[in-house]
Amino acid sequence: MSSVISVSNLSKKYGNIQAINDLSFTVNKGDVYGFLGQNGAGKSTTIRMLLTLIAPTTGEIHIFDKKLSTHRSEILNNIGAVIEKPDLYKYLNAYDNLSIFARMSGLKVSRQLLMNQLQMVGLADRAKDKVKTFSQGMKQRLGIAVALVHNPELIILDEPTNGLDPQGIADIRNLIMRLSKEMGKTVLISSHLLSEIEVIANRMIIIHKGRKIIEGNVAELLDPSHTVIDIDAVDNEGAKAALGTSRWATYLQPGKSLQLMMNKELVPQLISELVAMNIQLLSVNSSHSLEKYFLSLTTNSAHVEPFTN
Amino acid sequence: MWNLLQIELFKISKRPRTYIAFAAIFAIVAIFQFAFKADGQSYMDLVLQSVKDSFELDKSKAINGYFMCYIILNTLLIQVPILVALIAADSISGEANMGTLRLLISKPISRTQLILVKFAAATIFTIFLLLWMAITALFMSLLVFGADDMLIFRVKGEESQIMQITKDDIMWRYFAAFGYATVALTVIAALSLFLSIFAENSIGPIIATVCIVIVCTIISNISVPIIDKNVKPFLFTSYLVGWKGFFYIATNAEGVPIKGSLENWPAIRKSLFILIGHILVIVWASIAVFNRKDILS
Repeated sequence: MSSVISVSNLSKKYGNIQAINDLSFTVNKGDVYGFLGQNGAGKSTTIRMLLTLIAPTTGEIHIFDKKLSTHRSEILNNIGAVIEKPDLYKYLNAYDNLSIFARMSGLKVSRQLLMNQLQMVGLADRAKDKVKTFSQGMKQRLGIAVALVHNPELIILDEPTNGLDPQGIADIRNLIMRLSKEMGKTVLISSHLLSEIEVIANRMIIIHKGRKIIEGNVAELLDPSHTVIDIDAVDNEGAKAALGTSRWATYLQPGKSLQLMMNKELVPQLISELVAMNIQLLSVNSSHSLEKYFLSLTTNSAHVEPFTN
Repeated sequence: MWNLLQIELFKISKRPRTYIAFAAIFAIVAIFQFAFKADGQSYMDLVLQSVKDSFELDKSKAINGYFMCYIILNTLLIQVPILVALIAADSISGEANMGTLRLLISKPISRTQLILVKFAAATIFTIFLLLWMAITALFMSLLVFGADDMLIFRVKGEESQIMQITKDDIMWRYFAAFGYATVALTVIAALSLFLSIFAENSIGPIIATVCIVIVCTIISNISVPIIDKNVKPFLFTSYLVGWKGFFYIATNAEGVPIKGSLENWPAIRKSLFILIGHILVIVWASIAVFNRKDILS
């Protein structure tokens, strides 16, 4: 499979701060590639380097098999991007914003093309309204229209669902699915939510403090056989002893807490058998081991102390 | 480039702040014209007090459209840099503030192109501003006060001079003066553009531009030999009022003004070259800095 983005040993330093550290990854043609990391992990810095907003300290970026530093215009002509917030000219209307950025991409602009694009993101009836009157979701959709207007092969979306309501999030997800499945676009989407990447991406990378933690297929990385089950019973020690002598013993995880790692499909059977063993359950929670790991990264970082009453 | 320039001019034309400068010029010119129409004679009495015994002047003819324009330009061309900075200082910092800079940079246009287009747009704005000034200060004044020979009051060294330029010898001087003023104000536009690269809102670069102009103007007016020789020749503010040179007419051996002549064309030409040199250096510096800048806004 041909690669669309190939990043090798990328590093970025701001003074003494190492924002990105020896990062390498590959995005293949047709991928919806999830770029996952907690806030401050280096996602936006990497995306800015892919879009030439920031110069790398070391390392190389190849896009469409061409070196970014030497084929900048040619490469950017084939990329559509929404970087962080979809900031546009607030004093202009949606149509004029779209027209300006389409012309900047060297496109011969027709009214029909622009209206079709606005139609695709559900803003055709607001074409002549100034952007300053738009909601966050509408701005986000217009930003995506701007990113797509020149029909790029690669679309880069930096946290596109930030600040959106549930309907806005669903709209963006559906749009990304359409771009990938119907139009065959390659999409790189960054997020700090594994649950979001899990739904739309086929491949993903997790970065932390500018370093790659893991990269691979979402289906493999989020294999259901690696589901972690946390059980809280009235008598945890008794429950653990009972499970230790049952067929579930092989799934028991070492440690004080009552935790099992197994296929998610087996959870209903486990609960039935726990009830049959007269174990009084307070709660049973399932989560993927990768999600647990990702959450631990967040938990181990500096955070505000929880409020206790 | 032409496509980008059209886009840039379209954006400028759609911003309300663009028209503040035009409204300000119109208001100032209208106030001047009203004041001189109502009580211009008092002003002339005051100005001519020291020379009334030496010259026979028809004061009613002295206040005419050409004279009015000269008075207005003397006052306005000191303030216009602020109006130019209003737009030029917003060039990059305004985009950074709105968040559109990252979108612009991620488009297939080079940073050099972007700076050149922003500079060209600021220059065109400056030209339109001066055209507007010509329409209001010159043509409106000619309509209101009529045309006649123009008197120029000048302090040269220790002595005061009054020069008279015949009315058929004035218009080309104004065109040349406005042309010179365009070059002079383009230096301000370039300086504002350069400063706007370092900021994320336009207030900072506007204030910085105005401060630089004020400080350099003060230095340009200090009469100390060491500054005269070593500092003033390098300050663009020393050449901002060079447009007046087009109204200093050469005289023959009998002291009679020579129609169509300039007292010191080489000095005007040198000033123009120095101003153009400033523009080239500042735009080059803008390109160099912007090409190395990480866009973090």
